[in-house]
Amino acid sequence: MSVRTGLRRLAPAGVYAAAIAVAFALVGGVLAAFGANPIECYGEMLEATLLDAQGRSEVLRRAIPLLLIGGGLTVAFRAGFLNIGAEGQLLLGAVGGSAAALFLPVGPASLPAMFAAGAIAGALWALPAVWLRTRLGVHEILTTLMLTFVAEYLVVYLINGPWRGEHVRGFSYTDEFSEALQLPVLSGTLVHWPTLALGAVLAAALQVLLFYTPAGYEVRLVGESPRVALYAGIPMERVVVLVGLLSGGVAGLAGVGEVAGIHHRLLEPAQVSLGYGFTAIIVAWLARGRPASVLVTAPMMGAILAGGDHLKIGLNMPFRIVDVFSGTLLFCLITAEALWARWERRRP
Amino acid sequence: MSTPALLELKGITKRFPGVVANDGVDLTLRAGEVHALLGENGAGKTTLMSILYGLQSPDAGEIRLDGRPVRIRSPAAALRLGLALVPQHPLLVERHSVAENLTLGQPGSFLLTRRALVEQLRSRLAGQPLQLDLGARVEDLSAGEKQQVEIARALLRGARVLILDEPTSVLAPPEVDQLFQHLAAIKARGVAIVFISHKLDEVLALSDRITVLRGGKKVGERERREATREELVRLMVGRDMVPPTAVAPPQPGLRLEVSDLEVDGENGRRRVLRGASFSLAPGEVLGIAGVAGSGQRELAEALAGLRPFRGRVLLDGEPIAGRSPAQLFARGLGHIPEERATGAAPALSVAENLALRRYRTTLRRGPWLDPRRMAQSAALLIDAFHIVAPGPGTPLRLLSGGNVQRAIVARELSGPLGLLVAVHPTYGVDVGATEQIHRLLVERAAEGVSVVLVTENLDELYALSHRVAVLFEGQLRGPWPVAEVGVERLGRLMTGKDAS
Repeated sequence: MSVRTGLRRLAPAGVYAAAIAVAFALVGGVLAAFGANPIECYGEMLEATLLDAQGRSEVLRRAIPLLLIGGGLTVAFRAGFLNIGAEGQLLLGAVGGSAAALFLPVGPASLPAMFAAGAIAGALWALPAVWLRTRLGVHEILTTLMLTFVAEYLVVYLINGPWRGEHVRGFSYTDEFSEALQLPVLSGTLVHWPTLALGAVLAAALQVLLFYTPAGYEVRLVGESPRVALYAGIPMERVVVLVGLLSGGVAGLAGVGEVAGIHHRLLEPAQVSLGYGFTAIIVAWLARGRPASVLVTAPMMGAILAGGDHLKIGLNMPFRIVDVFSGTLLFCLITAEALWARWERRRP
Repeated sequence: MSTPALLELKGITKRFPGVVANDGVDLTLRAGEVHALLGENGAGKTTLMSILYGLQSPDAGEIRLDGRPVRIRSPAAALRLGLALVPQHPLLVERHSVAENLTLGQPGSFLLTRRALVEQLRSRLAGQPLQLDLGARVEDLSAGEKQQVEIARALLRGARVLILDEPTSVLAPPEVDQLFQHLAAIKARGVAIVFISHKLDEVLALSDRITVLRGGKKVGERERREATREELVRLMVGRDMVPPTAVAPPQPGLRLEVSDLEVDGENGRRRVLRGASFSLAPGEVLGIAGVAGSGQRELAEALAGLRPFRGRVLLDGEPIAGRSPAQLFARGLGHIPEERATGAAPALSVAENLALRRYRTTLRRGPWLDPRRMAQSAALLIDAFHIVAPGPGTPLRLLSGGNVQRAIVARELSGPLGLLVAVHPTYGVDVGATEQIHRLLVERAAEGVSVVLVTENLDELYALSHRVAVLFEGQLRGPWPVAEVGVERLGRLMTGKDAS
């Protein structure tokens, strides 16, 4: 029985491994359609990311926003709040951080002020969805997603309009932040380590919040069994507001990290974020409700993003192949989960 | 019986992790016979029926229909073979008419005008012993009428075996009589009926043959005429049952005062409970009877702090209006909810479920939830209330229904209890758990705990209550001392036919 129980515990991991393998196979087909040998491609991706010092730092750099956003989304999903608009909240965080950088006097508190402004902006961008959900019962999947597009064009407007830099000639972006407002990086890389540390600490803190505090207990209960939460008199709206604003806020932090750590200015949305807000959905999904697990799943998806970069530069493929990758992966995981549940029912 | 077997189950075995739900069970169904399946919760009745209906596949054993082995892989396959299940809670489209619901899932009913549909159904149902208003909307029907729609749907699909899962649980006594008449007529037409129940009187009244399951095994099969109540209980429980001890007389004083209580229902339904007034002394048990949906839920939820109300409710002299369930728990209120899924979260552990009332108070250390104290407190309750669970960390969904209910009761009785609102406290739990819960209620009442007992189980109502009141269409009649209300009068009150 103990061996059987052990096997049963391992079975889900096997299912996920199989789903990931299927995703790799399917994307391999797409790579083949581009005339590349999929096995070589994967080999090169691996070599260029995990087996190479420069590559590893690229993976880490991609993992930073995924870590932050993924942690927040894991908590939100756990409470049953399906925030899929973290991309927009990240962009607003970048806007908030840039506003603080461009318009506040520079001082020792400037960097913390930028992060605070970004977190507030990201949380505020989630607020309409939170409000509609708690007051009117409008589902957040649509509202959070739609606000992402609004966020993109807000950034486009700002960098072409009022915030357009005075020294940028024809380009659409703001002036560069002053030196003091640029986050330090590990030398020779683009790894802005303060944000990385923030993400790691946050993942651990959210894990503690969820499993060792009364508030975390409420979050889990509301997600698992809203009826029981109602019966126990847990203020469900307060929980939804908490996780909604939290997930938006940490996405905002990720946005500040990108502009303050890498670009040093606000620029085109597609350059600020490589779709981190969407990729983080997979990061959170893979974390299976445990925020600390994003410490593993974020670098994993970071490797796929960095690998995609390599495909573009080294093999001349469109970078957006990584979206095909992410989408296929999530699709396979969700399908595997449903099939697994069905199989469990039939033959436990 | 000389009739050949219509359906035979032989040596059906089904294992779940840690339990054998069915262990070599045999069951033979004959046309024109009502076969009762009797057993405690967790005895394996539900598993056996889900195997028969294609929801689960057996690990071993075979099923024969008309002597030929068959494999039933899905409910659709079961229906094709003529096996139909009438679920405990009707699965109907509330907003659609009876006729539309009956057409659902029927082959060849694409593109039909409403009138043609009704005509067609009327002719097909002509010989059936059911009274249905085909044009009525399902949401306007009583529980009994909805059940008739389910039965009609099964018969229209050509069911030769009709499985009824606890069909009387939602019905008032007169509706039960009517159901039994219908089933007798259906049986006479050669349909085999499986009647799943734990109510002995009904089993004895309706069945031709009774199979008793205990712990996944078949422990006996009796023809109705050779079966006795006592023997069936012994087979079911494995020992003789102890009747609940009589309740002690109430103590002087006032625990609960309710006056002119009005409560709105779900979906904006106004005044589902209209003007209830009563009071309870410490140690007094007030039984509330009524057909499902007569305002019981609204009454119980208002008292438990889950629903706003108009009127006045005083607990130990202090108003409860505007207080949260957590505040009321601290003031001595316990609430056993109508459904287990409301009272306990399956995905959380036993300890986490037991912590539901105290995670912000005694199970907390500074800002943290104290997992050790949680596990210790859970272990104590598991022990004291004989909850059968591998440990405090086990997910609650792995417990049987009776043990989940024990856990809910344990948690609700573990506060500074003064008033217990108990809604169907033993609904769907086995005889052992029922006995234990009854004993606990009697003991707490003797210690001065007042109980508002909402129940559809009349034996329970009469055994435990000092006074009874009846809800009919949102109006509370009574309360009267229990000795003044006999079963017949109660039945009339429940259906609004008693004006006195």
